[in-house]
This record gives sequence, structure tokens and C-alpha cells, in this order.
Amino acid sequence: MTGFLQNTFNGLVSGAFYALLALGLAVIFGMLRVVNFAHGAFYMLGAFGAYVLLTEAGVPFWAALVIMPLGLGLLGMALERAIIHRLTRLDPLYNFLLTFGLTLILQDLVKSRYGVQSSPYATPSALSGSVDFGLFDFPTYRVFILGFTVLLCVAVWWVLSRTRIGMVVRAATERPELTPAFGIDVGRWVTPVFGFGIGLAGLAGVLAAPMRAVNPLMGADLIIVVFAVVVIGGLGSIFGSVAAGFGIGLVQAWGEAYLSDFPIVSQTIVFIVMAVVLLWRPAGLFGREEAPA
Amino acid sequence: MLRIENLSAWYGEAQVLRDVSLEVAAGEVVTLVGRNGAGKSTLLRCVMGLHSGQRGTVELDGRDVGRLPAHKRARLGLGWVPDDRGAYATLSVTENLILPPRVGPDPWSLERVYEAFPALYQRRDSAATMLSGGEQQMLALARVLRMGARLLLCDEPTEGLSPLLVQQVGELLREAKRHGVTVLLVEQNLHFATGVADRHYLLAEGRIAEAMDNSEVRSRERELLAYLGI
Repeated sequence: MTGFLQNTFNGLVSGAFYALLALGLAVIFGMLRVVNFAHGAFYMLGAFGAYVLLTEAGVPFWAALVIMPLGLGLLGMALERAIIHRLTRLDPLYNFLLTFGLTLILQDLVKSRYGVQSSPYATPSALSGSVDFGLFDFPTYRVFILGFTVLLCVAVWWVLSRTRIGMVVRAATERPELTPAFGIDVGRWVTPVFGFGIGLAGLAGVLAAPMRAVNPLMGADLIIVVFAVVVIGGLGSIFGSVAAGFGIGLVQAWGEAYLSDFPIVSQTIVFIVMAVVLLWRPAGLFGREEAPA
Repeated sequence: MLRIENLSAWYGEAQVLRDVSLEVAAGEVVTLVGRNGAGKSTLLRCVMGLHSGQRGTVELDGRDVGRLPAHKRARLGLGWVPDDRGAYATLSVTENLILPPRVGPDPWSLERVYEAFPALYQRRDSAATMLSGGEQQMLALARVLRMGARLLLCDEPTEGLSPLLVQQVGELLREAKRHGVTVLLVEQNLHFATGVADRHYLLAEGRIAEAMDNSEVRSRERELLAYLGI
């Protein structure tokens, strides 16, 4: 029982990272119809930025948690204005080429300066130690990640479902061609939404720094699973991306714990789930077939 | 109010409108009739600014709006009632109604909309796509009235509706007209068209083939119906 609860908790914590990254991908895809293959690179930049800020300027974790998402969000907005927005009129192949190329450039820039070795990042002192849940102990930092991510997802959900901005984003996401006919300047929201999605990736990166090895390829390893998450949840579905993020975190943790005798299954379980979901619901669990303009 | 001059439009290589010129005066209700594929919907989309690949002049109140994006035209008072009714599945009925900003001098209040459409009020928190086809049509019309649009562009608002609902759409358009709203509508139902409209244009193969008034449409109804293939 204790083992099960611990596995479940660990699954939810990895799921929190998937959820943050998938949420950003979902809002970006919804608004721009661009699949951002560079998302993992921004996650890596978030972690690396926190590491560099700490080692070279003594900036603590809490400050990095604010600075990196904001800085990367602004960088994302600049990139959207400079190059990403050109993708909307082009064949989707260019979407892949541009954002994947961006990934390679960002990774190699970091690699050329810091090498490929992993760098340690100390857990902030306020979050060291562990929390006693009676049946088992759990690292305080992981409890923090879970709580923080759930709060953030609820806040994003609230903004999307209860505010005028959220209403406009939902409308523009569902019917990008139709919505301008109702006096909504969809284009005005595209850049901030892209920046917001990138900011979330950067935030996930800062959160990952004390927990995961900080290295230039950390995003590339993670993003493949995140794309499976996005496909399972339904491309562009905000709720689907978050639910599938936590769900896949759980499936992966349980698979590793209880199917360790079948490594072929436990190592590929995410993609097995993805294949089954796609056979059953081609648009993903919470996805919708695209409506015409 | 609306003046279109030498408007041509293409879908890729295929030309769907050829030098169309027409005018709609303020307060008028004008219909576009024609066979499927004659270019009626494309004409409306060109006026709204939703069709790329066009040439010619579109003037609103004497102002050339041909180069303005759709959202700016909407803010000048164009109200879009699309052929698929444009109900958002991810927005509630109320949100569908309040999505467009108020643009005109005489927008309906939400209370007035709900008084006029009790069925929408009852389902105000449901996803708009849960409404019946007729209710979705009412929603589409109510949305542009709440917006205060001065020129409604309606693409076959009676398509697929029961006779009772067709009558309701007619009453609504007549009431809008009484309040000075101008309407350009695509319509295949000639009986409905002569009941609400002042004038009619017959579109054939992307050209204005004829301009008719109500009495002319009524006297030639049999011939027109045969031509339209209804």
C-alpha cells in the first residue's frame, strides 16, 4: 500500500511537468495552429537559466521562478513576431522545419558554452527535507511542485473559463476563421498567447532544475512523451492536455513499478496508450474534429 | 449604405464572381437568389472580409472597406450570420451572445434578447451547440442584434428550419428593419424572400443576372423556382 501511494505520488509529480508543457503546447496550437517542436528547448532554457543565474549571479531559486518564465515569455513573443507568425500561411512541413531547427540551435548554443555534462542545482533550503504523510514520507520539494502546478492549472482554467480574455481565446481557438467576423481581433492575442505558452515551458524548466539533471538535452528527452500526452489529450484541448499529462505520469510510474519484469512494455507504455487511444478516438480523448470556417 | 462595384472573386483558379455591382440603401432588406454555386455566399464573404482573392470595390457608408480585415468591418457595424450559424461549442449561450463587442447606436441588451427568446434564456449556461438547429439560428441572429450591427449579412437563415421557425426569422428581420437595420440576405425560399425583402438580385454564374422587385418575383415565381431547381 505504501509503495503504491509512493508510486502514485511520483507519477503525479512527473505528470505535473507533462501537464505544464502540454498546456503550453495546447494553447499555442489552439491559437496559432502551430505545433511548437521547440517547446522542450524552452523547458531546457528555463532550467539552464535558473542554473546560470544561481552560479554566476547568485540569484536564488525563488527569483529565477519569476525571472525565467517572464524572460522566456518575452523571448517567445519576439520569436513569434519575427518568424513564427510567418508559418500560418505555409505548408505544415515548414512548421516542423522551423521549430525543430530552433530546437537544434538553442540546444547547440547551450552545449557550446556549457558542454553536455549535467549540472547539479541545489533544492532551495525552504523546500528541503520531507513531509510525513503517516504511511510514507515524501520530499517536500516534490509536494511543492505538485501543489504549485495544480494551483497554476486551476488558475489557467479560471482565466480561460471565467474571463473575457478566456472567452476570446476559446472562440479564436475553436473557430479561428470565423471569430474576426464578430469584431474580435484574433491577431492581437496570438503573440501574448505564444509568449504565455513558452513562459509555462520555462517555468516547468525552473521547477525541474533541483530535481532533474540540468543539461542541454533534458528537453529533448522529455518532449517526446509530452507530444504523446498532447495527442492522447486531444491536440488543442486545454483540459485534455492537463488531464492526459497527469494521467500519463501515473501510467508511466505504475508501469515502471509493476511491469518491471516486462521492460518492453514498461518502457513503451506511453506509446502503447497513445496507439490505443488513437484507434479508439482519432481526435484524442478530449479533442474535437476541426470545424469548417 | 453598401455599395459594391465590379467585384470579382476567385477560389484558386476558379472565378466565382464576375464584375458584380449592386447597392443596398440604409433600411432596405435585399435578397440574393440564385442556384447553388452561383456565388451568393462568396459575395457575402467578400463583403464581410472573410474571402481572400477578390478584386473590386466594397464601400460602407461611402468608405472603402475593401482592404479592412474582418474584425474592423464588424466594428463598423457589419453583422455576420453564417450559413452554419456559427455557434461555438466551447462557449455557453450567453458567451456566444456577448462575444462581439457592441458596435452600433442601438444594440439590444442581453435582457431584451432573453425576453424575445425564452428558449435561449432557459439554455443560457449550456454549450451553444446543444441547442436545436432553429435555436442556433435564433442565437446567430440575436448575437448580431445584441452587437448593434447596422447591416446584417445573413446566409440562408431559413435553411432547414420548420415553417413556424421560418416565420419567426421573418418577424425578427422585419422588426430589425423597423429599427432601421439594413439586411443583405442569401435566400432560396422565394415566398419568405418576398415576405421580408424590398428588392432582389438574381445571381447566375457569378454575375448579377437581374434585379427584381417583389411584384416581379411574385409574378414570375413559377419560372424562377424552375430556374433555381427547387
